[in-house]
Amino acid sequence: MHAEEKMTYEKWPAAPEKQTLEAKNKFLGFWFFLGGETVLFASLFATYLALKDRVPSADHALAKDLFEMPLVFLMTMILLTSSLTSVYAMYHMKNFDFKKMQLWLGITVLLGFAFLGLEIYEFNHYVHEFHHTFTSSAFSSAFYTLVGFHGAHVTFGLAWIIALMVRNARRGLDLYNAPKFYVASLYWHFIDVVWVFIFTVVYLMGMVG
Amino acid sequence: MAMKWLSKWRLLSLFTMLAFVLSGCGLPHLSTLQPAGEVAQTQYDLMVLSTAIMVGVIVVVTVIFLIVLFRFRRKDDKIPKQVEGSHKLEIIWTVIPILLLLVLAVPTVKATFDLADVEAMDQKNEEGKTDALVVNVRANLYWWEFEYPNEEIVTSQELVVPTDEKVYFNLKASDVKHSFWIPAVGGKMDTNTDNVNKFWLEFDSAAADEAGELFYGKCAELCGPSHALMDFKVKTLPRDEFDQWVADMQDVKEPAVAQTPKAQQGQEIFNNSCIGCHAVTPANTTPEAARMAPNLTNFGERDYVAGLITMENNEENIKEWLRDPEKYKPANKMTGTYGELSEDELDALAEYLLGLKVQE
Amino acid sequence: MSTYAQKRGFGATLWDYLTTVDHKKIAILYFIAGGFFFVLGGIEAMIIRIQLAIPNNDFVSAGFYNEILTMHGTTMIFLAAMPLLFGFMNAIMPLQIGARDVAFPFVNALGFWLFFFGGTFLNLSWFLGGAPDAGWTSYASLSLASEGHGIDFYVLGLQISGFGTLMGGINFLVTIINMRAPGMTYMRMPLFTWTTFVASSLILFAFPPLTVSIFMLMFDRLFGSNFFVTAAGGNTIIWEHFFWIFGHPEVYILILPAFGIFSEIIPVFARKRLFGYSSMVFATVLIGFLGFMVWAHHMFTVGLGPIANAIFAVATMAIAVPTGIKIFNWLFTAWGGSVSFTTPMHYALAFIPSFLMGGVTGVMLAVAAADYQYHDTYFVVAHFHYVIVGGVVFAVLGGLQFYWPKMFGTMLNETLGKITFWLFFAGFHLTFFIQHFLGLWGMPRRIYTFLPGQGYELSNLVSTIGALLMAVATVVLVINIIITVKKNERIGNDPWGDGRTLEWAIPSPAPFYNFKQLPLVRGLDPYWIEKMEGKKGMTPAEPLGDIHMPNSSIIPFIMSFGLFVSAFGVMYRLDYAWGLPVLIIGLVITFGSMLARSLKDDHGFHIHKEDLIDDDNEKGVKA
Repeated sequence: MHAEEKMTYEKWPAAPEKQTLEAKNKFLGFWFFLGGETVLFASLFATYLALKDRVPSADHALAKDLFEMPLVFLMTMILLTSSLTSVYAMYHMKNFDFKKMQLWLGITVLLGFAFLGLEIYEFNHYVHEFHHTFTSSAFSSAFYTLVGFHGAHVTFGLAWIIALMVRNARRGLDLYNAPKFYVASLYWHFIDVVWVFIFTVVYLMGMVG
Repeated sequence: MAMKWLSKWRLLSLFTMLAFVLSGCGLPHLSTLQPAGEVAQTQYDLMVLSTAIMVGVIVVVTVIFLIVLFRFRRKDDKIPKQVEGSHKLEIIWTVIPILLLLVLAVPTVKATFDLADVEAMDQKNEEGKTDALVVNVRANLYWWEFEYPNEEIVTSQELVVPTDEKVYFNLKASDVKHSFWIPAVGGKMDTNTDNVNKFWLEFDSAAADEAGELFYGKCAELCGPSHALMDFKVKTLPRDEFDQWVADMQDVKEPAVAQTPKAQQGQEIFNNSCIGCHAVTPANTTPEAARMAPNLTNFGERDYVAGLITMENNEENIKEWLRDPEKYKPANKMTGTYGELSEDELDALAEYLLGLKVQE
Repeated sequence: MSTYAQKRGFGATLWDYLTTVDHKKIAILYFIAGGFFFVLGGIEAMIIRIQLAIPNNDFVSAGFYNEILTMHGTTMIFLAAMPLLFGFMNAIMPLQIGARDVAFPFVNALGFWLFFFGGTFLNLSWFLGGAPDAGWTSYASLSLASEGHGIDFYVLGLQISGFGTLMGGINFLVTIINMRAPGMTYMRMPLFTWTTFVASSLILFAFPPLTVSIFMLMFDRLFGSNFFVTAAGGNTIIWEHFFWIFGHPEVYILILPAFGIFSEIIPVFARKRLFGYSSMVFATVLIGFLGFMVWAHHMFTVGLGPIANAIFAVATMAIAVPTGIKIFNWLFTAWGGSVSFTTPMHYALAFIPSFLMGGVTGVMLAVAAADYQYHDTYFVVAHFHYVIVGGVVFAVLGGLQFYWPKMFGTMLNETLGKITFWLFFAGFHLTFFIQHFLGLWGMPRRIYTFLPGQGYELSNLVSTIGALLMAVATVVLVINIIITVKKNERIGNDPWGDGRTLEWAIPSPAPFYNFKQLPLVRGLDPYWIEKMEGKKGMTPAEPLGDIHMPNSSIIPFIMSFGLFVSAFGVMYRLDYAWGLPVLIIGLVITFGSMLARSLKDDHGFHIHKEDLIDDDNEKGVKA
């Protein structure tokens, strides 16, 4: 079965993301990549925990001063929802329903942008209200690096999904691009999982003190 | 004090020491293989134990190796029997090493805990001081400061300690990471910029005798261009002489006034150019940040200039050092902090510095 | 190589190599670049030994010496040893498992070019204001205090090349899992493939901590953050932990493939199957696993406390067990065999006692309380050179002689090979054995000079003479290579006569599609099995058919070049106005080419059955 072959609903296999050897390789390789990413974020979490509330003097804001539940909760909900919408997209991909897949991916992207916007607002708030900048203390450096690395991943994920949507807008699904969509959605889930940890470790534990 | 005489004696006995080097043990004031205290002895014993076990392993492997080398050379074109393995053999060479390692692991763990036992540092008497001798070591870009918190005095470059008792150390660095090491007396510990490390050493009087009452200390962590030259010395004294030394140091409340006219001229230059960084009183009341260079209170009694064994403490070497410290310790913090000195000024400074003594 | 250049013109060959995605050509690129950096690191080593030949020497200045020692370590580990081993992995592993290519040919090329540009960037520091000078470990307080841009070159260069290594690791993992020939089960994989597999998993989990710590150091130096700035609440010990969480597995990333190479060489020249294959595999996996549990033994003197030190001491000792199993298995592979003393076998046999020396001093170093004496002395220098030179470099030199025919279709000269071996072997022990004692006599490592009268004079001189011998050995090796390439005497599939694994069943060098028909693997040492049954080659597992191959691409080169450009921007951002634009341009190049790659479909091409039949009489790689 050649990857670029024109597809129909009848011919579309049950696991379109794993039909060719290239697709299988991509699938497995991406899981390994996520394994490495996990270690990367684990290292960032470890650094954050080691440097949490480590500030040069008492007039610097600490974790318990900074974070506000409503905003962070909203961000969490948005990102969790976007993970769900990307699951819908993949459901339609498996059913060879290209239009619906694009629609749900579009919603995912919109939610992603909403999340990013809130994150930018949040950072801006810390900088202006608390003078909590990247350079102000070891705590702030660790905070912005951990959360910022996640934000950069969100940005990259958005660019990736958009590029896939635009590139394949005209030609629809085939066995060549199905694994690409699938892997991008895996990446999006990973970002979501990392955020759950950030929400717990940084925000919830930060507010508890 | 007979320090000068002792250093001559050391030179004379250099050849006997070379014999030690050739026999593989190194110099008594410098080598981990000539332990001069409880810590070094513990470590030496562990070295001997581990080496013995390891030599045993090496012998076994070597015998098999030599047999392979000579007995199984290719003689004909026959295909040897293809052996998959042998469970019996494999179990043997799994279990025996485990047993050997257990033999090694037990004393290792014990020694690791023993050497980290600094409880005496927490036991304060009614004055809030420890009964044990404590020295605060502060490592700086290429020099060492030794503060005696109980005795409230500070000295530099030459650590003075009593023999045959445990001396406790607080270790830290003021700029970049260094590591505090007196090879003959015990293993090293890092001086971090983040925290204070604690450990103890003990200086054995008999071994100190053999080493000429002076051990070499070194910085063991790469810290910049002059890392190689960040040496210090350890002078060991019997307890009563040590107490005398402490008392003599404590007696210096004001900078000593130079005696000869030349030295007085030197003191004037010193007060104008040097005293901003170098103190000549031993009190530890000055905050650490202001103690920017080695304390020189007893400089005249030290054996070497800048802690360098090539720079015996005499007029000529002091002048050499003052002319161009960069030549002797690249990238040190003293270079360029004072103007050029004339020969006359150098003479005066050297005479003043050599006269800085606290003991009779 | 040179013969192609003459036939095809230099420009065409260059373009071919710039765009290649063929694992065998990428292997050659790794060998050229890794070999170059090996020579460079060797020259740095010679400068170190000349400076330390006599006390109070002024051959180089103190500051320059620190740059040399930093670059010697960094170059040898990241830019010589690892790439050379990657060369072997690329050249041999896919052939050993009966694959036509690696899983991600494009990523494979990208990995090489990232390493190449990262290494080049790092070494440009020599010409642009001075090299890094805080040691290859670059401990944070010193690396933050270091003036100039040296450390920035270290940080950015290693970051770029580190991405390349990570990609290489993932690529090998997927290749081994997904692309084995029919019948090639895990427990039939040659040991070199197994060690590649375990080393790649170590890369996958060990490099991210390095990435993170390097990012933090870069942020601290160039963007004003405070991870390691004690005054602002930072902590430098974090750097040490991350560095060694990476650094210790890194040692196994280097040594395991070396073990693999020896596990291939010894059975061939002893004409006997590897003794205790399954325990070898088990030991390899166990070493890889334990490799992550022992990093703090590099930090015994940091002050982590007796509990941590004791735990890490015992964990470290545990590694001696699987390593010991391996040593005995190698010995018993040769035991009862018919040992032929070829050059590769010289290296393999010399490796056993040499590495054993490094192993036993490793156990001695694991004794935490005694390590307080050894730590940061020449004892440690001697130990890790025994492991890395006696293990990895011997493997690279022996492996080069062993696999040269498979890669280039000609044999390196055996006599010159043995001359190289004996010079190197003698020089190696002369250089490093005495250093154990220097350390015990109180000589710290990383010192630019030593003062007279401490008993170090003679031993240091001996050490320097040994280093000279190794340098001469390397020169003989280069002469050997030049002569071999000039003579160009072609050889057949199995030039050593006793090849056991799949790579010896196909022509030397392998055709660019490797296997015309995928072979059917019927056991461990599949080619040996067929030969013992009197067959000339492997039984095919499939009928002759079209072969799907990937297209060449210049994008990996451009993508890596973009990061190279942006690294300059990051570094000079605060010094010059052009810094920021250059940073942006570099990133645009990289992400632009990434976008181009994902927008443009790349389906590869097919070699048709008819062409494969015609190809029967032809030899050599063609693209």
